[in-house]
Amino acid sequence: MTTPKAGAGHEAALVEVEHLTKHFSVKQGVFARGHGLVHAVEDVSLTVKKGETLGIVGESGCGKTTTARLIARLIEPTAGTIRFDGDDITHWSRRQLRPLRQQMQMIFQDPYSSLNPRKSVGQIIAEPLAIHHTEKDRKQRVQELLDRVGLSPEHYNRYPHEFSGGQRQRIGVARALALQPKLIVCDEPVSALDVSVQAQILNLLKDLQKDFALTYVFISHDLSVIRQIADRIAVMYLGRVVEIGESESLYEHPRHPYTAALLSAVPRRTTDGSVSARSRIVLTGDVPSPVDPPSACVFHPRCPRFHPGHCDVELPLLHQFERDHEAACHYPVERWPMTQEELRHAAADVEPAAQR
Amino acid sequence: MGFRGAARRPGDIVRPAEMIFYIAGRLAWTIAVILTVLFVTFLVFFKLPNGSPALRFCGRSPTDQCIQLTTQRLHLDKPFYVEFGYFAKNFFLGDENGWPGLGYSYGNYVSVRSEVLQRAPRTLWLIAGASTIWLVFGVSIGVLSAVKRRTLVDRLAMGFALFGISAPVFWLGLMALYVVWKILGLTGGSGYVPLSDGIGNWLSHLILPWSVLALLYMAIYARLTRNNLLETLGEDYIRTARAKGLPERTVILKHGLRASLTPIVTIFGLDIALLVGGAIITESVFNIQGLGWLAFNGAITQDLPTVLGVVVCTATAVAVMNLVVDIVYAFLDPRVRYA
Amino acid sequence: MSTPLLELRDLSVRFRTRDGIVHAVSDLSYTLRRGETLGVVGESGSGKSVTSLAIMGLLNRNFADVTGEILFEGTDLLKLSPDQLRKIRGRDISMIFQDPFACLHPMYRVGWQIAEAVRAHEGVSKAAALKRAVELLDAVGIPNAKIRARDFPHQFSGGMRQRAMIAMALVHNPDVLIADEPTTALDVTVQAQILELIDRVKKDFDIGVVLITHDLGVISETASHVMVMYAGRAMEYGPAREIFNAAQHPYTWGLLESMPTVERRLDALVPIEGSPPSLLRPPSGCPFHPRCRYRFEPCDKTLPPLVSIPDGHPDACLLSPERKREIWRERIAAEIGLAS
Repeated sequence: MTTPKAGAGHEAALVEVEHLTKHFSVKQGVFARGHGLVHAVEDVSLTVKKGETLGIVGESGCGKTTTARLIARLIEPTAGTIRFDGDDITHWSRRQLRPLRQQMQMIFQDPYSSLNPRKSVGQIIAEPLAIHHTEKDRKQRVQELLDRVGLSPEHYNRYPHEFSGGQRQRIGVARALALQPKLIVCDEPVSALDVSVQAQILNLLKDLQKDFALTYVFISHDLSVIRQIADRIAVMYLGRVVEIGESESLYEHPRHPYTAALLSAVPRRTTDGSVSARSRIVLTGDVPSPVDPPSACVFHPRCPRFHPGHCDVELPLLHQFERDHEAACHYPVERWPMTQEELRHAAADVEPAAQR
Repeated sequence: MGFRGAARRPGDIVRPAEMIFYIAGRLAWTIAVILTVLFVTFLVFFKLPNGSPALRFCGRSPTDQCIQLTTQRLHLDKPFYVEFGYFAKNFFLGDENGWPGLGYSYGNYVSVRSEVLQRAPRTLWLIAGASTIWLVFGVSIGVLSAVKRRTLVDRLAMGFALFGISAPVFWLGLMALYVVWKILGLTGGSGYVPLSDGIGNWLSHLILPWSVLALLYMAIYARLTRNNLLETLGEDYIRTARAKGLPERTVILKHGLRASLTPIVTIFGLDIALLVGGAIITESVFNIQGLGWLAFNGAITQDLPTVLGVVVCTATAVAVMNLVVDIVYAFLDPRVRYA
Repeated sequence: MSTPLLELRDLSVRFRTRDGIVHAVSDLSYTLRRGETLGVVGESGSGKSVTSLAIMGLLNRNFADVTGEILFEGTDLLKLSPDQLRKIRGRDISMIFQDPFACLHPMYRVGWQIAEAVRAHEGVSKAAALKRAVELLDAVGIPNAKIRARDFPHQFSGGMRQRAMIAMALVHNPDVLIADEPTTALDVTVQAQILELIDRVKKDFDIGVVLITHDLGVISETASHVMVMYAGRAMEYGPAREIFNAAQHPYTWGLLESMPTVERRLDALVPIEGSPPSLLRPPSGCPFHPRCRYRFEPCDKTLPPLVSIPDGHPDACLLSPERKREIWRERIAAEIGLAS
């Protein structure tokens, strides 16, 4: 039984993902024959509407990068379906996927390793054009692109190592734009950049989205960055989506305790200069390994409002709170902001959220 | 977090049962490899144009009868896979000389097994001494070079390394013999003196071949150690070690060298194994009639059983050293234990 | 006013490279007292890390020229012999680094590595050192410390590794703890834990902390004093409250404006155009002037000294105090306006 997707206008959905699951197997030990299973992505369903930016946020091991690669069909899922612009691409072969690459591009995190150091900038950007035989006058197009991303057309003949991190990332963006794609999956594109440069790239991405009617899937661990660029957000933890919905709605009132903790943990500039005045929700322990995820609600070992016998037994499903805001929790956060104490105590009074 | 009290901690030494399974598996694999190697040797041997071994065996004036008898006895008239079949059967079940059955030499009808057993200790002593020397000196020179990077010491050391790698072993060996033995009279001459004849004598005959054989490898290991150590010294944990206030010597040796050892260990194991039956030039120059010398002579006289006997030794040595290296590796680098 | 724990006076670090001399740090001065957390803010190439390495004596003297004074409780560290410096390192001044995974030796057990730190400065037995290591691991919040001490670094999670590093740094109750981007490589929820730990350590042990980061949010939540660095120089230096309430330097304004905030969504971020300068050939005059929106006539000729303004704190900018206050007011108004 599928929960109705919040805010769904299926006719306007560019990407539709349902019950997406990806498991990797790992060998354990030199002598032991054991095989572990990494539950990288578990039962993830989401949609990305045309022209919007879906932010996927979470910490390490949450599965956001794997989800991005699944959407871009760089890897094949263990279960579930992926639909792009109406087509079910879940099990398409490499040959079938080739023309799709024109419409779906990716920008990567590390501007230092995602560009071939032996190729000139012009060659790097022209490469997708060459593969898909689209433009006759490639050089002109490449120079147009260079200009569009804020570089000078003279940079055509230079090599990556001559550029700074921010400039290299611009080259990566130009490369992604070369084929006029519909969707760009951005995997932590600004995480490796200096702060002053981050803003430049974020602004660039926003402008390009307006000009070229692009759709973005934007992965990041940085909630501040996501707030600036995402229209809708999916919060992931240990391979599952724990909360998803309209960006402002999430930031104004997170429903899942993990989202609340995540928001609370982000250090913020206080304009009154008071130090540590804010009371934070601090989770205990570390993110568990995806090889051995906890039972039922994957967050229960660290959750301040964990109810034994319920949260570790019954898997919470995504429940709709507002028009475009869902969260998977038996004891969702009823108001915001809340301190850690309040979060822990209110749990006793709250009626378990009704599941649809 | 995955920690459950008394459960086996992944970094611990593995349980005996697992170890036994693993070794058994490796053993089976080793035997398969050895058989394949032997088969290929057989193949090569039979496909090469050669004179008839039976002819050579029968001496200067071979009689037809002798040739016929020999051919029959040595199964020389049958196709090679049949010969191989006989060989394999004898190998695993043993023949009249004991286990494994390696047959008789074509050349002088001597039991291959006894020949191998007699020669093996010489080669093994040669390798043992040489490998100790090259490991100790090679690594030490490498460490010194890395620490004194780009100074005169470093350049001298690497120059010496270049010399050691380039100088042909036979030239080195002969020069060494000439200078050290003939002129200076410091050591014993060529030939092998068994241990039973007295340690002094035994040593004096081995010291030169050890040094000559070690020189080449010493040079390689010095370079290898230097490069690995330099790379390791750039790692963050070295900076942490210094930040703790540890003396520089501890930082370099305990932290730096330890982390650089793993590739060296791997190569060391393989180098040793290949010298079993592979130290042909050294053994010839110094007239140590070990396995390498035996194989060489067998090859030029087309004496298949002898060659096979040595091949078996080498293949076994390689397989065993591979296993040993893997185990040592797991001890050295705890990350390997946990996949 | 207590005597300063750590005082830098006109510290300069120059690296001799094949391409020329890199001016990594120039004329840097600051003071750290017990109970204070000095937040050093800067982007890549600002020289913030090099400064700390100079304090710890971890720079290779063959390639680095260090001038000026580094006074630790009155003693100039730059005048000490390597051996004397080594005794202070890890005992009186400790440092933790950014990537805890790479900072621990992969082949030795965590407990052993901490015990090694104990024995580096104290002649105790291995057993006693290990016992102390376990105590410290427990104190920094590692559960089942005795058993976990036998683990190897790859068996620890990121947050735990950083805790282990902190334990290792505290082994000899140092007076100064330098934390170089301690949370950058960690997840956000773990970041909060580590910052809280560092703060607690500062209070419990009554030490001074130098916290180096590029994240103004972290600074604003933990630092008592702030120094903003750019191209190896101090741009602004003062109490945290003043820096955030009334920043005086265009670079600081730029940083505050260009950082995405989690508080609200802005129509557009206002980046600082251009890129950080080359330290081989730094710009003439003020190092920030090529990127500065408010530059005027003298900025490319005169190097602004770090000077205090009335009712303010030291900054290195040639604009008049009145003009600075005016711009600050304008920007606050604009920022509120930008919020959608």
